[in-house]
Amino acid sequence: MTLTTVLVLAAGTYAIRLGGVLLRERVAVPDHVRRLFALSAIALLAALYATNGLVDGEGFAGWARTLGVGTGALLAVARLPFVFVVIGAALTTAGLRLVGIT
Amino acid sequence: MRSIWRTIDRGLVRDVAALAAAVAVVGASFGALAVAAGVPVWLASVMSLLVFAGGSQFMVIGVLAAGGTPVAAVAAALLLNLRHLPFGLVVGDLLGRNRAAQLLGAHIMIDESVAFAMAQRDPQRARAAYWLCGITLFCAWNPAVLVGAYLGEAMGNPADFGLDAAFPAALFALLLPQLREPGPLRVAIAGAVLAVAATPFLPAGVPVLIALLGVVFALPLPKKLERAR
Repeated sequence: MTLTTVLVLAAGTYAIRLGGVLLRERVAVPDHVRRLFALSAIALLAALYATNGLVDGEGFAGWARTLGVGTGALLAVARLPFVFVVIGAALTTAGLRLVGIT
Repeated sequence: MRSIWRTIDRGLVRDVAALAAAVAVVGASFGALAVAAGVPVWLASVMSLLVFAGGSQFMVIGVLAAGGTPVAAVAAALLLNLRHLPFGLVVGDLLGRNRAAQLLGAHIMIDESVAFAMAQRDPQRARAAYWLCGITLFCAWNPAVLVGAYLGEAMGNPADFGLDAAFPAALFALLLPQLREPGPLRVAIAGAVLAVAATPFLPAGVPVLIALLGVVFALPLPKKLERAR
């Protein structure tokens, strides 16, 4: 990896990030379109949750991760504090891997 | 700015700190991996400071290690980061019209800072959560990369700690309070299903963008259905 590779990636990533922010400022949008933006973010975050929980590369992420993520989701639905959700998910997955389930 | 910090409570700080600990471990593993792949320590650090998007950083190292060209590596990484464009439309509201806030705030736009902001009820708290989460995770990620680069293989594998499950679980917990209404709930389910279904067929980063189509599921129910309920 060269410095050029890093700088091009950094510039591209920053342009994408700032692009959305500046676009939002330039365009005056009515309230229902603003709500559409919020819904887009919800769709993206839900998609990140599902794909990161189920998929690694192009295949199934394995039972250890999926069950850990599922445990975390159950803890969240049970209204446990955020910290317990995160630690519960990690411990479940780590524990399953420790006993040989991948 | 002072009034923003006053809206930060202990619960928010604790939640962000938990995530920062996990981010630090992943950052350290990035540093170790980069050095193992032959990247100098300083370059791994410069990359983490300037790119600050973990997934795409791992992607570049992975594609290059697999024999891909730098152009292919950067293209794949930028595709993965394309989701920040729609995120920016939401974050733009939080950052307001202050140019310095926009320029700085854009750089700390990551999945977690966006999710933390969106989990807050009022705009003032959302703004505080965005800055707190973004700055804290930036300060956790970068030193950790350096530490991992020096520790090298002694770091161990973050998968052994189950951290690959911790991040999706964190996103879910932050998303959950927004799913009480049927509209957002349908959008979330549709987005998740679309992205997972598209994953085997599309390069990384694109399935998540396909999920944007899920927004149509928030459209008002047909009158007949409304009455039936």
